[in-house]
Amino acid sequence: MKPAAFAYLAPRDLDEALDQLAEHGADARVLAGGQSLVRLMNARLASPAVVVDINRVAGLDALERHNGTLRLGATVRQRTSELSPDVAAHAPLLAEAGAHVAHAPVRSRGTVVGSVAFADPSAELPTALLALDGRVVVRSRSGERTVEADDFFTGPFTTSLAPGEMVVAVEVPVTTAGTGTAFVEVARRHGDLPVCGVAATVTRGDDGRVGATRIALCGAGERPVRARAAEDALTGSDGGTDAVAEAAARASEGLSPIADCHGSADFRRHLARVLTGRALRTAIDRAAGEANDV
Amino acid sequence: MSEVVTPEKVRIRITVNDTAHDLLVEPRTLLADLLRGELELTGTHVGCEQGVCGACTVLVDGAATRSCLVFAAQLDGATVRTVESLAGADGTLHPIQQAFHENHGLQCGFCTPGMLMGACELLERTTAPEPDDVREALGGNLCRCTGYQNIVKSVCAAGAALATERNGQA
Repeated sequence: MKPAAFAYLAPRDLDEALDQLAEHGADARVLAGGQSLVRLMNARLASPAVVVDINRVAGLDALERHNGTLRLGATVRQRTSELSPDVAAHAPLLAEAGAHVAHAPVRSRGTVVGSVAFADPSAELPTALLALDGRVVVRSRSGERTVEADDFFTGPFTTSLAPGEMVVAVEVPVTTAGTGTAFVEVARRHGDLPVCGVAATVTRGDDGRVGATRIALCGAGERPVRARAAEDALTGSDGGTDAVAEAAARASEGLSPIADCHGSADFRRHLARVLTGRALRTAIDRAAGEANDV
Repeated sequence: MSEVVTPEKVRIRITVNDTAHDLLVEPRTLLADLLRGELELTGTHVGCEQGVCGACTVLVDGAATRSCLVFAAQLDGATVRTVESLAGADGTLHPIQQAFHENHGLQCGFCTPGMLMGACELLERTTAPEPDDVREALGGNLCRCTGYQNIVKSVCAAGAALATERNGQA
């Protein structure tokens, strides 16, 4: 099928884009990489009256680090992020999760922010953002607000973004020495959305025990979700085999995964447990400075 | 710079296979349809129209791109290369096409234009890809004849041929 007709706007700066979004409200969609939006428009699952193409908006392609924060602007490509030495060094989870997104030709146009704003509950990057305790920077004509990733995702393909607002960047705290991260997933085929995936960050405490832990899952609910019971189980433990097994066993607590042709709810609960175990083991080893492959 | 000339159409200046075009396009025109319909370059094949099959892959400013997931209106100032750019004017096959021919890298041929353009991008980066590099680069291109082994073989052989050609010219 072909997209329905729409008006195409190509603002040159952010103020112009925000004015256009304010004017057209819910009739407008922001176009960045287009690797999700255009697919939906081709299938007429989305038929916006107005498309605001932000690719020529100056400054949105910045990928920068300052004061312990890595910030990716709205038109930073997934491929750019994945291959960026800054991302590899300071937010390796984002690079590791990013390498699982579709295929290189899709990632070379698709944006990190676009994936977050699209909020597919099975997608890797929103889940990585959640595990990294990331933030979403939102702008509208009335100003800027910063939303914790935990509060940004409200349901399948829905976020706390209001009409007239757009995501201008995502920010993650820099991953420091003593913190290990890992992303693992099971997908039917290489490049497919995962049936289930797990992103984990584990910080080693001064006493040698496990400190702050964040575990986020995709494909496990209506939005990327935290496995809080598993986090609590691991935090304060010695991070050994038994502790990881105990945490993994609790990863599916409170989950209500969807069931579809790719996997039943029970299968997804099973994957949540198994993959959490793998992700935690790798993250703990990396926190200890051992660079283990998943 | 894109300017909206009428509420409906957008003016773009785009270079396709070394030919400059100055066009008015409907915003909803996909690059794939611009190429096939407007410019009559029907070598680019449209399979799934949702970015999954890779048949419509072309190079946009050198990057392998799904032409079904980009609006032509977005491409003011862009340079596009399609499969028609590969063979010489006299019909001489490009080394990548020659390698597909020699290694039985195509069967029905529907996926081939996308495979060739994906291979083009890869072989621009390296003429000595490992088979796994080829699988990574073309992993998003589906061949319903499932001739993948020979496609991988063809791309590796094409790399070797291109390396020889380049060394010969050096």
